[in-house]
Amino acid sequence: MPDRFAGRLTALEMFGNYAYTGIWLLIGVGFVLVTFWFASLIRPQRPNPTKLENYECGEMPLSASYLQFNVKYYIFALIFVIFDVEVVFLFPWAVVYNSLGLFALIEMLVFLLILIFGLAYAWKKGALQWV
Amino acid sequence: MYMAIFILFAIMSIAGAIMVITLKSPVSSAIALIFVLCCIAGLFALMGALFMAALQVIVYAGAIMVLFLFIIMLLNLKDEILGEDEKKVTRVFGSILGIAFLLEIGFFVRRALTVGSESLMYPVPEQFASIEVISTGLFTKFLFAFEITSVLLLVAIIGAIMLSKGEGKTEY
Amino acid sequence: MDLIDIGITVGKVVIIFGALMGMVAYMTLFERRVIAFIQGRIGPNRVGFQGLLQPIADAVKLLFKEDVTPAGANKFLFAIAPMLSFIPTLLTIAVIPVAESSTIFGREVDWIISDINIGILFVLAVTAMEVYGIIIGGWASNSKYPLLGALRASAQMISYEVSLGLALVGLLMVTGTFSMTEIVAQQSSFLQWNIFKQPLGFLLFIIGAFAEVNRIPFDLPEAEAELVGGYNTEFSSMKFAMYFMGEYAAMISISAIMVTLYFGGWQGPILPSPIWFLLKVGAFLFTFVWVRGTLPRFRYDQLMRFGWLVLLPLALFNIFITGVIMVL
Repeated sequence: MPDRFAGRLTALEMFGNYAYTGIWLLIGVGFVLVTFWFASLIRPQRPNPTKLENYECGEMPLSASYLQFNVKYYIFALIFVIFDVEVVFLFPWAVVYNSLGLFALIEMLVFLLILIFGLAYAWKKGALQWV
Repeated sequence: MYMAIFILFAIMSIAGAIMVITLKSPVSSAIALIFVLCCIAGLFALMGALFMAALQVIVYAGAIMVLFLFIIMLLNLKDEILGEDEKKVTRVFGSILGIAFLLEIGFFVRRALTVGSESLMYPVPEQFASIEVISTGLFTKFLFAFEITSVLLLVAIIGAIMLSKGEGKTEY
Repeated sequence: MDLIDIGITVGKVVIIFGALMGMVAYMTLFERRVIAFIQGRIGPNRVGFQGLLQPIADAVKLLFKEDVTPAGANKFLFAIAPMLSFIPTLLTIAVIPVAESSTIFGREVDWIISDINIGILFVLAVTAMEVYGIIIGGWASNSKYPLLGALRASAQMISYEVSLGLALVGLLMVTGTFSMTEIVAQQSSFLQWNIFKQPLGFLLFIIGAFAEVNRIPFDLPEAEAELVGGYNTEFSSMKFAMYFMGEYAAMISISAIMVTLYFGGWQGPILPSPIWFLLKVGAFLFTFVWVRGTLPRFRYDQLMRFGWLVLLPLALFNIFITGVIMVL
């Protein structure tokens, strides 16, 4: 390996810092659990059928909570997955952009133009319009 | 310490994977799957492949699982409907496939542990899977593959729109 | 690693966690007072001096409330959903440097929980997890309003996540590193702040940030006129409090991220570094409240169109412009 990466922490040296992330996560989980546990000790617990009904502005619930929702949500999720992958490709490109220069710009322009074509297609087909 | 954390992540991901196939409600299964994916990201991080770990969470756990959850909610599968589908044939076939897969893993683990030229165990190179190595490789050596990926993504966009919209003229 | 090191680490974690919780608590009061001021009211000023004990009173009230789980709800998912929304937000705080490193008992102490060199990726990965607390909460309630709110929230969050990520790509091109500490170090003087290198990128980022934390003008998930309370309608007691804390903690963490990435982090003249950091974060928190007191809510179709057809192309344009300028 060339030594232009010298001075950066290697993966194993970084390990300690990830351990701190794990500790922080455990503290967060612990905090939530302790609060929930403490609240369950002191709060009242008197359920009755009316109280356990779903909230529908004071009316009796009319039907099951089944909702036939718009297929648009699904299309947006699909397009999101694709663009998320695109963003993920852009990250490694962006960090080394300075050392790669003009050539990298052209490479990425080709990549982006193809995807912008996809975005334009989605736009034209009306997939990005809510109504 | 390193080994202990590896075992912890391994056990958590296997336990999560068992939950994915045993839980009744599809949404609970999906949550278990998200958990498994996060544990696998932890394993990646443990190997020093930090970029891969982040991608695992961003793309798989963060994007694809949202799509899964949307589909589950869109179909709103009830437990009863799912129960009916579970026929004996599926179970037998599934078991056979599962055992075959286990044997395959066992074979490769055995091969990896054998010492010599047959071994699949290599020492992890310095800077293994670091961002600099990945991006330098991606934009020089594997440039063509990278550009082709954009075409693949374009096809995915068009396919998604065609599937969900038909000819694009139908109003709904 | 000896006792002093462990002590310092514990102290650091306790201080940062305590400061965050305190800010979450007082953010609620701050928001109510500022909104009241904007609308020509007084706001809560009865409990303690100028209402300073109000957050404590609220917390005690929520602790004593009965915890109602609707009959049709999925009990387990209903219980863990508030946690899923709070924990990821908390995790983002771990990679933000909050102050200059100082020397305590002869040890160098970096005021950051975990100084990892993929800080920005970590933030993005964890932010991607935030959406599940909302989807699961809405679904597990087995009720109409929460389900609608959850769907809206998740569709909105994923739409703006793309622009948020693309805005960061522009920043990464300038900085060339994922590490938060290095990014702060690069912005050592006022004119080197990344806001001057990435003005359009910052604008995109702050708009995306408002949408990510579901604040006005993007607070569609909890549009009270249409959806009652949105995804948290059926939640009560500590579960509701956890959602609430998650929302405020998300505001604080995204403000801290903006300060770190674009406004030089904890750096500033004369005053000590934690004060500078808090001042900058406070300015952003005020902006959040100010915008809430000023702007109306988007309509849902406007929101989605804005995200995909304005923000996304602008973000791509920003990357292009940054690339061209850097080559020239």
